[in-house]
Amino acid sequence: MTRHFNTETFRGDYTYHNSPEAIRRFPFPFDQDTYTYSVNIAPHPGGPTGSTFEFAFDVDEHYVSEMQDRAITLAEDPNRCQSLPHMELAGWDLLELIMVSKARDYPDLFTLNRDGDQWHWINRPLGIEQRFTFLDPATLPYGPLEYITRQTQGDFALLHERDRNLWLDAGMITSQADWSLDFDVGMNFFEWHAPVPKARQMGVFDKALKFLLAVEQQQAYRRLNWTMTVNPRLDTSPENYHKWGPEKRSITPQNVGQKQFLRVELQTFWRLPRSNALAFPIRCYLCCLEDLCTNPEWARRLHLVLRDIDPVLADYKGFAVNQKTIVEYLAGFSCV
Amino acid sequence: MKKLTLRVAEITALSPLVKRFRLIHPDGAPLPLFSGGAHITVDMPEGDLIRRNSYSLVSNPYDGAGYEIAVRREDRGRGGSLYMHTRVSEGDLLTVSAPKNLFQLDLRARKHVLIAGGIGITPFLSQLHQLDILQQPYELHYAAHSRSEAAGLTLLPDAPHIHLHISEEGSRMDLGAILDGQPLGSHVYTCGPDGLIRAVADQAARLNWPTSAIHSEAFTAPPPGEPFEVTIASTGQHLRVGADQSLLEALEAAHVPVDYSCRGGACGRCETGVSACNGQILHHDHWLSPDEQASQTKIMPCMSRFKGARLELDL
Repeated sequence: MTRHFNTETFRGDYTYHNSPEAIRRFPFPFDQDTYTYSVNIAPHPGGPTGSTFEFAFDVDEHYVSEMQDRAITLAEDPNRCQSLPHMELAGWDLLELIMVSKARDYPDLFTLNRDGDQWHWINRPLGIEQRFTFLDPATLPYGPLEYITRQTQGDFALLHERDRNLWLDAGMITSQADWSLDFDVGMNFFEWHAPVPKARQMGVFDKALKFLLAVEQQQAYRRLNWTMTVNPRLDTSPENYHKWGPEKRSITPQNVGQKQFLRVELQTFWRLPRSNALAFPIRCYLCCLEDLCTNPEWARRLHLVLRDIDPVLADYKGFAVNQKTIVEYLAGFSCV
Repeated sequence: MKKLTLRVAEITALSPLVKRFRLIHPDGAPLPLFSGGAHITVDMPEGDLIRRNSYSLVSNPYDGAGYEIAVRREDRGRGGSLYMHTRVSEGDLLTVSAPKNLFQLDLRARKHVLIAGGIGITPFLSQLHQLDILQQPYELHYAAHSRSEAAGLTLLPDAPHIHLHISEEGSRMDLGAILDGQPLGSHVYTCGPDGLIRAVADQAARLNWPTSAIHSEAFTAPPPGEPFEVTIASTGQHLRVGADQSLLEALEAAHVPVDYSCRGGACGRCETGVSACNGQILHHDHWLSPDEQASQTKIMPCMSRFKGARLELDL
């Protein structure tokens, strides 16, 4: 199979773009015409051939450029990747999970040879070949979490289980929807979700935590979350709000179709074997309104969802300031 | 829940009452690795009934060639361990769950103090492997009534940080001496009888250990008891729970679906609401708080029983 990787940017001139195939497989998150919080969990992986759910860790046309963007973000701010000392073992578990999955699912792109603890990893798209000793961090250029997540799309949180709670004790976070690993590291499940409006009162987090604590080895799950982002920017972090926050004011009726993106997070949950930690990958997919509206059903539904959404959620998801322009744009596709 | 069908490769008597079972994949495929302190749940079909007991893994967690469990024969139990001792032979196939862990090491600890009473040694046997691999400091204290009852003895290395306390020989465990003077940042883990778990927790509290540094695992097989009846609120169905049956097993036999995991009163998965109770719930779990237990509005059907006129479950 030949694969194409886009040459594109997620900052500056923002040349990020989706091919027709990437639009077709975009994980559109709404299954009804209205939006409310739900835990919406399904087993993962598993989905139609070619879908973003087919494999454990989806590799798409944005792979190489996303990894370049992550490297830029890390060079400016190394605190985007942190691992408290007791989480190193979980980092190795995650490295194993990703390498084994990618080598199995994309044999044309990745190869893993293992002879006991002597491992040999080949990543063809990024031109990486590495021999190392599993569980010996001195044999890798970075810690295990940072090493493998510099080669894997999406953000990664590693959660430590103790006292019937989960603690955000390690992560690689460079494509986040306005939250900070440096601020949240070491917090428990309720603490790091404290900014989410309404959900705690609805009991959403109690149920979600109970579910997560029960996730077992050999059975992973997924859910979709979403927000709205102006320009195809991965690094919408609080640390860099001064760079992307003002861009929200650049939306006009003329440019909203190209500049306003629906940002979908494919979140997955994995119980790791040696550490008993939970891995929580958060994969970000971006699609502009113009591309989304090539699918008439998506255009119709997105119009209704964003028109009728609870104002508190429009504010939390950061698009209240542009909601009128967005809804008017989408209304133009909803004549049926 | 993912299930594995494994072959019994070897059965070894570790003591007069304890047998070790080694389980391997029938095709020789590697098994999922696990973390120290993990357990598997074993299906034990007998006629129409499936009993399920959870047993700690005692083998090296980083070795996927096979799983090992150690089972103590309980002649007064409800039959699970007797099944393992009398009905299971080398070469048989057993259906087990994937490994799960409700008693993991807290790898933040500067030092791990492990305290085992009797068959409570089992979760520590896999933890010792993990601590050795991770090169973390620890000491183990293993208390048993007599040497012949100390089934874990043959599986323990002869090392200065492994301490044996045989009460018959007069070397009873002195918890104060063990816990006093441990370095700051130490964590203590206890597995064994309830009395031992309470004694360690009390001693640690007296020495001002933080509660987050005190860990224990008490889950055991469901106890037998007197038969009782329950009513299912949604259908009005009446079920009889036999003397050698847990409430969860009776619900499963009647095809009333209840989620479960550990089957030992520790994980919380089978928590069930009680919509009417005229009598006394005999709580045997470690999940519900004392207040919840006293309110008689919730029950853990994997472990707990009932004595009285009427128990109606919100199912």
